[in-house]
Amino acid sequence: MIRPIATTRSATGVPTGRLAVWWVIASEIVIFGGLLGGYVMHRLGHPDWANQAANTNTWAGAFNTFVLLTSSLAAVLGHQAAEKGDGKKAANFLYLTCLGGLVFLIVKSIEWTTEIQHGMTITSNTFWSFYYTAAGLHGLHVIAGMVIMLFVAADAKKNKELQRVENIGIYWHFVDLVWIFLFPLLYIAK
Amino acid sequence: MSDHAHAEQSPGSAPHASHPPTNYVKIWAILCVLLVVSVLGPMLEIRVVTMVTAFGVAVVKAYLVATRFMHLNHEKKIVPYMLGTMLAIMALMIAAISPDVMKHEGTRWENTAAKESVKRGMLLHPGAHHDEKAPAGEHAAPAPAAPTAPTAPTAPTAPTAPTAPTAPAPAEPAKH
Repeated sequence: MIRPIATTRSATGVPTGRLAVWWVIASEIVIFGGLLGGYVMHRLGHPDWANQAANTNTWAGAFNTFVLLTSSLAAVLGHQAAEKGDGKKAANFLYLTCLGGLVFLIVKSIEWTTEIQHGMTITSNTFWSFYYTAAGLHGLHVIAGMVIMLFVAADAKKNKELQRVENIGIYWHFVDLVWIFLFPLLYIAK
Repeated sequence: MSDHAHAEQSPGSAPHASHPPTNYVKIWAILCVLLVVSVLGPMLEIRVVTMVTAFGVAVVKAYLVATRFMHLNHEKKIVPYMLGTMLAIMALMIAAISPDVMKHEGTRWENTAAKESVKRGMLLHPGAHHDEKAPAGEHAAPAPAAPTAPTAPTAPTAPTAPTAPTAPAPAEPAKH
């Protein structure tokens, strides 16, 4: 059976597949870092944004943080199971992680619906432009992670390509990590 | 350098099991406690406490996720260097442009649009509260602007910038 280069070669000591994930994260650092840095700079220059930020729902944000932290736990437990060669268990943990992502998106959609109904749209103020852009981009990453995770889980269930469980886990933890900073910036600092 | 320096991972089998045993549930519990701290701390409405509990705790949480869940501390040095370089590039960019973005006037310039925007924003309060108990005023917002009628279907106050005494108030200055 021909093996892909991502799993058979390693010039750095890090498996090429995993190194690729780290490179993805490195590029994401610049994407989210630039966005959040831009937000922080504008926020500090616009004390009036506190009036807008007062409208974000802290409890919904906190609940979503809890959901993502829990889904990260499931992802790392899936990785642990994969390390022990238990593909089925790893797949189940990945499904659980996906469920966390789904709950996160449902809460987010309810939140956004409420905000939009109250007239707080992406064009109503620059605070909201940042809010929807940052949270929306993060939400897209959640969706992408879930889709990839379902593919990885399908293989893991058959005890195939178990190294991918760790790779998708690393990505998912990064998505969680971004939210850890988005939460205080958008929901706590009022 | 060999392309096959550290070939690893036999097909379909368990990936390298190099990570030391970690009690992940315990880490998760600590993260949850930190989450509670980051929510409750800012409710005291003391600026320093907010900074520490919201942002300081976020850094601790991020550190825990990166080291315990992502196993960054057990990864080859090249990875933290790679990520650190990206963070440094980002910090450099922010440091370079922050004076222009954060300040609204300098020796020979003035960002009138931004100033006007801040002035308008302090007076206007579009939208309505739906998070009644939210700690407000951390960023010098004078009066959290009456949490009036959450629904307000007619929303008389919102879009029509009646304040701005001068000028027809461009919807939202392009600069901000």
